[in-house]
Amino acid sequence: MGSFIFKRSFQSILSLIFLVIVVFFLARMTGSPAMLYLPPEATQEQLDAYNALHGFDDPLMVQFGSFIAGVFQGNFGQSLQYSRPALDMVLEAFPTTLALAAVTMPLVLLISIVTGALAAYRPGGAFDRLASLISLIGASMPNFWVAIVGVLVFAVTLNMLPTSGTGTWQHWVLPVAVLVLRPAGVLVQVMRTSMMTALSSVYVKAAKAKGVKARTIIFVHALRNSLLPVITVASDQAAGIVNGAVIVESVFGFPGIGKLMIDSVLMRDFAVIQAAILVTALAVFLINIIVDISYAFVDPRIRHS
Amino acid sequence: MPSSIPASVTAELQDAHGRRKGPVILRSLLRDRYATASIIFLLIVLAFAILGPSLLAEQARALNLKGRNAPPFSLDAGWMFILGGDALGRSLLARIIVASQNTILISATAVLLSVLVGGLLGLVAGYRGGWLGDVLLRLADAIMTFPSMLLAMIVLFVFEPGVSNVIFVLAVSRIPIFMRTVRAEVLELKQRMFVVAARATGASTSRVLFFHIAPMVLPTIINLAALEMAFVMLVESGLSFLGIGIQPPEVTWGLMVADGRNYLGSAWWLAFWPGLAIMLTAMSLNLLTNWLRVVTDPVERWRLETEAR
Repeated sequence: MGSFIFKRSFQSILSLIFLVIVVFFLARMTGSPAMLYLPPEATQEQLDAYNALHGFDDPLMVQFGSFIAGVFQGNFGQSLQYSRPALDMVLEAFPTTLALAAVTMPLVLLISIVTGALAAYRPGGAFDRLASLISLIGASMPNFWVAIVGVLVFAVTLNMLPTSGTGTWQHWVLPVAVLVLRPAGVLVQVMRTSMMTALSSVYVKAAKAKGVKARTIIFVHALRNSLLPVITVASDQAAGIVNGAVIVESVFGFPGIGKLMIDSVLMRDFAVIQAAILVTALAVFLINIIVDISYAFVDPRIRHS
Repeated sequence: MPSSIPASVTAELQDAHGRRKGPVILRSLLRDRYATASIIFLLIVLAFAILGPSLLAEQARALNLKGRNAPPFSLDAGWMFILGGDALGRSLLARIIVASQNTILISATAVLLSVLVGGLLGLVAGYRGGWLGDVLLRLADAIMTFPSMLLAMIVLFVFEPGVSNVIFVLAVSRIPIFMRTVRAEVLELKQRMFVVAARATGASTSRVLFFHIAPMVLPTIINLAALEMAFVMLVESGLSFLGIGIQPPEVTWGLMVADGRNYLGSAWWLAFWPGLAIMLTAMSLNLLTNWLRVVTDPVERWRLETEAR
């Protein structure tokens, strides 16, 4: 188990290094952002001075060397847009997205585990068919569209919820609801399939024969054995939540890392993009490692092998 | 029998009594109402995507004063305005049909590319294994753990966001899924007796891969491709919506939702219908996959056939 986690961490670090290199060189291929930040009537001397100031005129390898040296000192460079350390901006935005994910993920798990388990008890029954249809719709809806329609219905027409921003709990209702949809839709199906497998096993038949109540069979006997595939897919959905956050944050004006990334891509703010991508990737890798460890807690067969 | 179909596939299509399986599959399709409805819907969308722009390009561009901000479900400005009109008086229905071409073209091409590249890499990684397989697998892991939206953002930040670059980005982000799936299947298949037998009779590696193993992996790939196409369509729409995907004057459904967002208070239909089109297409693809999964699973299919007899 220990060596397994060590191996996974090592791989993650290799992937991260690979990612940093790719992002750095890709970003530099766009050329200097001087044209974007200086007025159009700027002279060549002014452009050169701007490039020299930010080090854009150094050879690529020199820029890369100083970037790497900076990363190890926690310095990702300055934001061109706001003249602030890029890492500070990223770390300010990160908790918002983390909070969004921290509210979304337990909701997703709760909804999908309960719905999927109950749907699996009578496959083809009324509840199963309803759950399948709703989860299918949830997984097929474009999240930006749900966000817009949600704003139209609940904010513009019914005036129940605010259109955008943060502050009260009402601000969180629509973004979280939009974020929950797709992962929940996918996970209900996974849970249903895996619960059906668990329910066809011999120990469930024995429990049924003894006259154990359906609810006890599902949630006590079979639940733990059907959780493993759900955890696997849920960790894949962690990357999906980041995808969703980019859209949800920009629709609802949430000051999270997704909005920061979109804004800095549109404003060609190198330093911020690099810092934001590295921090996000690090978070996703950490989640994956935590999931790997949690397997062992859910399934003793893994712990003892 | 057309000679282009590999022998093993045509053999698959005949049951023990040598009867063709086509009618059986068709009958099982008709019995599944959801699958039938989604196939019909997808065929209509496909027809729109292929024929739409050549038939309706004029109507999609024509400015009709009567149709300016026309609300949906009113025939005052003609049936072309059944879904309403935009601020310039263009028919929304015609615009959605014209936009279907880019939407379908982008997602279908991206998925096709990732099936081909991912499938080929998966065959190699699974059959050969070794260091090449390891490197490919690590690379796939690195791409898969990385949110596809971010990957798309970086690449579209560097290169001009246009149709071909969006296709490229989407294909790259989906290749790992196909590679991993094919690899896992090949790892299992290459131990089977029929592969060992083929090798023992002197079949070359490429013959074993493409004539013996590939047809066995095909059903899984087709399922996955339909599912992935729905996903790719959603990502493309999201990118276009954020303004880093397809750029005007090209048009896709995602872009139409983004345009309509500015008129949300006054003309909700501008953002609503294109989004609904995305949802219905993605849903049809998902429903189709559910049915395909049943039909391509030998155990389930056997059950279907014994019932059909």
